[in-house]
Amino acid sequence: MTVATHDIIRKLQQDILPLQGFKPVTGNSIDINFPLLEHAFPNATFPTGAVHEFISSTQEGRAATSGFAAALMGKLMESGGACLWIGSAQTVFTPALQTFGAEPHKIIFVNINREKDKLWVMEEALKCERLAAVAGEIRDISFTDSRRLQLAVEKSKVTGFLFRHQPRNLNTIACIARWKITALASETEADMPGIGFPAWQVELLKVRNGKPGVWQIEWTAADGFRSMDKANVYAPVIQLCQTA
Amino acid sequence: MHLLFNCVKQHNMRKRFVTIWFPHLKTDWFSKQQPALQKIPFVLTVADHGRMIVAEANSIAQSKGITSGITVADARVIEPLLQVLDDKPALALKLLASMAKWCIRYTPVTAVDAPDGLVLDVSGCAHLWGGEQTYLKDIITRLTNAGYTVRAAMAGTVGTAWALARFSNNASIIENGNEAFALQQLPPAALRLDDLLVQHLHKLGLNTIGSFTAMQRSALRRRFGQELLKKLDQTLGFEDEVIIPVQPPEPYQEWLPCFDPVGTATGIEIALKQLLEKLHHRLAKEGKGVRAASLTCYRIDGKTTQISIGTNRPSNSTVHLFKLFELKIPGIEPGLGIELFILEASKTEDVAALQETLWHGTSDLEDPEIAELLDRIEGKLGRNVVQRYLPAEHYWPERSFKIADSLSEKPDTIWRSGKQRPVHLLPQPELVQVTAPIPDYPPMHFRYRNKLHKITKADGPERIERAWWLDGGQHRDYYCVEDEDGHRYWLFRLGHYGADTPHAWFIHGFFA
Repeated sequence: MTVATHDIIRKLQQDILPLQGFKPVTGNSIDINFPLLEHAFPNATFPTGAVHEFISSTQEGRAATSGFAAALMGKLMESGGACLWIGSAQTVFTPALQTFGAEPHKIIFVNINREKDKLWVMEEALKCERLAAVAGEIRDISFTDSRRLQLAVEKSKVTGFLFRHQPRNLNTIACIARWKITALASETEADMPGIGFPAWQVELLKVRNGKPGVWQIEWTAADGFRSMDKANVYAPVIQLCQTA
Repeated sequence: MHLLFNCVKQHNMRKRFVTIWFPHLKTDWFSKQQPALQKIPFVLTVADHGRMIVAEANSIAQSKGITSGITVADARVIEPLLQVLDDKPALALKLLASMAKWCIRYTPVTAVDAPDGLVLDVSGCAHLWGGEQTYLKDIITRLTNAGYTVRAAMAGTVGTAWALARFSNNASIIENGNEAFALQQLPPAALRLDDLLVQHLHKLGLNTIGSFTAMQRSALRRRFGQELLKKLDQTLGFEDEVIIPVQPPEPYQEWLPCFDPVGTATGIEIALKQLLEKLHHRLAKEGKGVRAASLTCYRIDGKTTQISIGTNRPSNSTVHLFKLFELKIPGIEPGLGIELFILEASKTEDVAALQETLWHGTSDLEDPEIAELLDRIEGKLGRNVVQRYLPAEHYWPERSFKIADSLSEKPDTIWRSGKQRPVHLLPQPELVQVTAPIPDYPPMHFRYRNKLHKITKADGPERIERAWWLDGGQHRDYYCVEDEDGHRYWLFRLGHYGADTPHAWFIHGFFA
């Protein structure tokens, strides 16, 4: 494929996106510095100003999700700002967030037990333009409630993360992407003893106007996200079907 | 209710005080009442142990050598034409109180300085009279015209102004910072010390304040007690001094009586909006913001209900305060109807003027919008639900962070990032069964919640000692382990291995 045709195809893709109902978010975009993942999203940019849904089924998966989201939050907070983290009990060990590039003292934790109250706080927080991101550990959310969150972010351009740990039913909700993060055996250089960098299997189960895929990513404090599989450039959907 | 005014605490404003001394307060008043007394010597007397004692002598009598404290018989010997009148003991305080109220024309904070003076906190007032000279002159002239002998002085502390008014002949206005120099030549009595101490100082030859200000504090304290140092510090402005104003500042309170009793939520909202609007006017004018406020509703059946709100940072925005109250309105029981609403701001603080921003970007924690959001959350769900953490200088994981007191609090140490720490920490470490080669190797496998995890990789041990000065117990040897599935855990062994002691292993957290 020559360069000219490549350009034409990219142009056509960009023309198709608005026809498919994609509204690009204007304003601050973040560079997660990981093209493999970014290519799954429309316009090859990580969508901010939207709600991302994270599914986890095990305690370990939940921790992995928190780590991955903390890394994203760290990126979102790079240009200043604060985050709100809504949960039912303080499970997050704040000193560890530093490892993922998020300054722990800039994250405000709200711990509430009632799901209804959590949704209220989440919605109010997403309306506050000055927050960089809002994370909510909300197990079950109805489609209507998720639309309220979506309306809030459309206006305020705040990025939301919904952590759904062991949801009772995996219903469709209004969000830009559904992720599943699971822990992966870490790799050390030249098979040295000990544990390597945090490693995850990042599954993008659904993404609006984009291509779902699976990636094996590790997090390094110095370089940020790094692919563990050097050969994997564009993860095809087939791979997802095989692993699912 | 007396509100105590902290005089030196507010560093943002240069404090200035005026003290007014009435050397012949009561006799001047008698002369005013009976103009015939103006030209003749007279004294006011009190009975004491069967004698008549001179309580106060007017200026003519004083110039002849009659001082308060001598008996009337002695005074008559000095001045045979002396007029003797009965003293009115409560008169002085009554006069001073009324004059303090009169002085509110000069400053809102005026206080009685018993037995014969007034103290005015005049910070930021003098420029309205065109400078301190004219300000002080105006006070003196008006009081003199009213018939009183007056001496007044202005300085940066109450003590200095007091000393100058009573003991200095020339200087009456002293700039802040020059107190020590101005007081140098004055006698120790100018420090408002008790008589015994003054006598003691004179006996030792310390006849001026300047003669002992340079002495070591410890020596002064040993010889003369803490009182002298305290008075010296207050006079020189190193220590705060509190004055009690005659008219306490008006509380931030607004009333709204209703002609017809209000029984609906909409009615309450309208009332609240009106009250907030009134309060906002006053707060905005004085540059104050609400930290805590309450709305009290008086019902026609004689009961009252109250709702209160609190904010994270001072706010005088009616919209924000209304939003906070709005969340609580369902908690009001109107009963048969509410006839009176009282809105009171129980705690106010100076509010920094909001700067108009040219762009709206995400900003830091000090942003008012974030504070308003947290106010709403705390208002609805309780004060303890919102928490922020700061690093603490402890290795023990449970103590390695502390709860921040306010949104503006900055970390006083860095977050440690050298060692691996789990993203999720269990609230309590949970016991796990472990197979481990002794003594210092990580476990081979462990059983947690009936699932066997076979460990493939491990880091450690990292020994974390308990802070013995905080609690007793054994140290922990932490291992980061990874099992076959790639899940990472934080395990620890409590204490040393021993032949007779059973060693317990715990899981404490999950790595990302």
